[in-house]
Amino acid sequence: MRFLEQMMKIDRRWIYLAIGLAVIIPAIISFKVPVPVSKEVKKVHDFVENVGPNELLFLAMDYDPSSMAELNPMAEAILKHAFSKNCRVIIVTLAQFGPGMVEEITSRLAQEYNRQLGIDYAFLGYRPYPAITIMLMGTDFRVPFPQDYYGTPLDSLEIMQGVKNFNNVKGVIDLTAGNTADMWIVYGNGRYNFPLAIGITGVMAADYYQYLQSKQIFGIIPGVKGAAEYEQLIEKPGQGMAQVSYQLVAHSVIILFILISNVAYFATRKQKKAVGGAQ
Amino acid sequence: MTGGQLILNGLAAFLTLCIFSFLYKDNPFYKFAERLVAGVATGYWTMLLFHTNFVPVVWNRLAHDGRYEYIIPTLLGLMMWTRFSKKWSWVSRYSIAFYIGISSGISITLALYASLFRQLEATINQPLTFDAAGVSSFLIIVGVLSALVYFFFSAAHKGSMGVVSRIGIYVIMIGFGAGFGMTVMGRIALLVQRVIFLKGYVNSLTAFFGG
Amino acid sequence: MKREIPLMIVTVTGIIMFFQYFVPSNFSEDVFTFLQDWVMVIGILSLPLGIWSLVKANVNKLKVSDERFYSAVLLLGFLVMVISGWMPDWRSKGVHLAIFQSVLIPIQSTIFSLLAFFVASAAYRAFRARSVLATILLLTALIIMFRFIPLGPISTVNNWLVEKILMVPNMAAKRAIAMGIALGATATAIKIILGIERTYMGRD
Repeated sequence: MRFLEQMMKIDRRWIYLAIGLAVIIPAIISFKVPVPVSKEVKKVHDFVENVGPNELLFLAMDYDPSSMAELNPMAEAILKHAFSKNCRVIIVTLAQFGPGMVEEITSRLAQEYNRQLGIDYAFLGYRPYPAITIMLMGTDFRVPFPQDYYGTPLDSLEIMQGVKNFNNVKGVIDLTAGNTADMWIVYGNGRYNFPLAIGITGVMAADYYQYLQSKQIFGIIPGVKGAAEYEQLIEKPGQGMAQVSYQLVAHSVIILFILISNVAYFATRKQKKAVGGAQ
Repeated sequence: MTGGQLILNGLAAFLTLCIFSFLYKDNPFYKFAERLVAGVATGYWTMLLFHTNFVPVVWNRLAHDGRYEYIIPTLLGLMMWTRFSKKWSWVSRYSIAFYIGISSGISITLALYASLFRQLEATINQPLTFDAAGVSSFLIIVGVLSALVYFFFSAAHKGSMGVVSRIGIYVIMIGFGAGFGMTVMGRIALLVQRVIFLKGYVNSLTAFFGG
Repeated sequence: MKREIPLMIVTVTGIIMFFQYFVPSNFSEDVFTFLQDWVMVIGILSLPLGIWSLVKANVNKLKVSDERFYSAVLLLGFLVMVISGWMPDWRSKGVHLAIFQSVLIPIQSTIFSLLAFFVASAAYRAFRARSVLATILLLTALIIMFRFIPLGPISTVNNWLVEKILMVPNMAAKRAIAMGIALGATATAIKIILGIERTYMGRD
């Protein structure tokens, strides 16, 4: 009983140590974990799968380094999928520290899949005020983005010939960690009614299923698990699938903590009631 | 990996460990890394705003494209800088008024349409059949209505209203539980990514020096 | 002049943008685009206010001995990025991008990774079945978290349960919350346009 009481008051740094060990173990002993695919991720995959060779996909990578752990795997998986199908991609970022990351991913994957900037893909760059940028893009991409990220006028880019606004793209996929997803749904899909899917962090994932049911979005990629599912569907394991074994061990440890703390709580509560009754 | 990349990754690994040292207690290494990132982030964003936003959206339009109608919003933007003066800070209200007025006007219609009307439509417009889909639809309608009743504080939660709001709070708790469960995955992913990076760096070091 | 004209601007522009939504014409669309573009320009010119405030505050702190070193670090980081941002090809290679990738990315992502430890600590200390509501929350979270643990046929049942939880009660709860937020946001926007809500103007 003393042990359980001490467990209730344990220094938080022991918990930190346990979590630290929980994520180090899979780094030393690697193993594979099956990843069942969910319907909402399959819908996003099937949409990209059906984008034709000369059709346009619009990818908004609206996240900062603080959430790249969950969203980079999704971005890579979607770009690998799109580039391997020869469909053209227009990329934008509405996050203030996004451009550096987007530039690194797009240039690396473009080289890997032999895609040309300005012909097969375009990176428009960054604008602040996501809601306003989304609404302006709905009118004409050239209004908020007269030039791309590299300073080339949009009219000079071959990929942008005959492309005015969202009416000319097959659909939009937004990868975000903040309320930019709400802005794409309200100001983007709400005003311009284009097909929209979102890739979001685990923290936000549970909050967007109502938009899936109301068909305001056609798919969700929820967190790193969703990224792993997408990688499984395109048969290109990446950072998402690499994380799943770590997630298994860490989740097991946290579940164990919760169970231990509840057992300790109920046991000590029972003892306190017994002591109180005796008095 | 080249020597230069190894040094840069070594810097990244060192800064990563500086931040992790906060878990033991606050210390000068953590403070150093925290202030460094604030400065670097501000400097990065300054250059990004200047080169990719100010130059194409403001400067080029006025100086090269001859679009002099942009003088007015440029002046309004510059008026925002009067906020630093106690005597003249009221001038910035003109710029703020434009931004607030335009944003408010747009948000009324779109927020109502996307977050209220479409959601109401999706709640009501469901098949109420005697199968699994019908049961789900019924539960969704009950869940949404009871949760809305829970948030209605203009009437006391007593009697039948009390029962409905009680169901509502149970539904809300399931929602929060689902949110917490997903949050754990999200937070762990952030940590795992750093561990994978550190593991990769150790492997690179071993490969570089081990031959 | 100091309050009346801004209030009038808010009311007029708010009403224009509200009614613009219902007018299906090219002129209406042009007015929409025109005014939004103005807001973007105003916004881009206002953002450096925060940058200036940060730099000024840290320059002032250089005079205070306790904070001098850390303020110097911040200002040094800022200056290095600003100077390197003037080099050619700063977007895709060079010192600017190297510092972004080896300083900003690791520090920012590691700061947020600390949350993993805090969530584990919070789960251990606070996540107890003290009441019926807490038990419901706890059980739901555990079911969601079990998704990552492959337990054979139990996982199949668990995955089905997770799907149902996310698409039925979770969705219902979040929908009710979203609808409430939409109503609140709409009420606030109407109050702003009518001049009832004036906190954005600050004090005289």
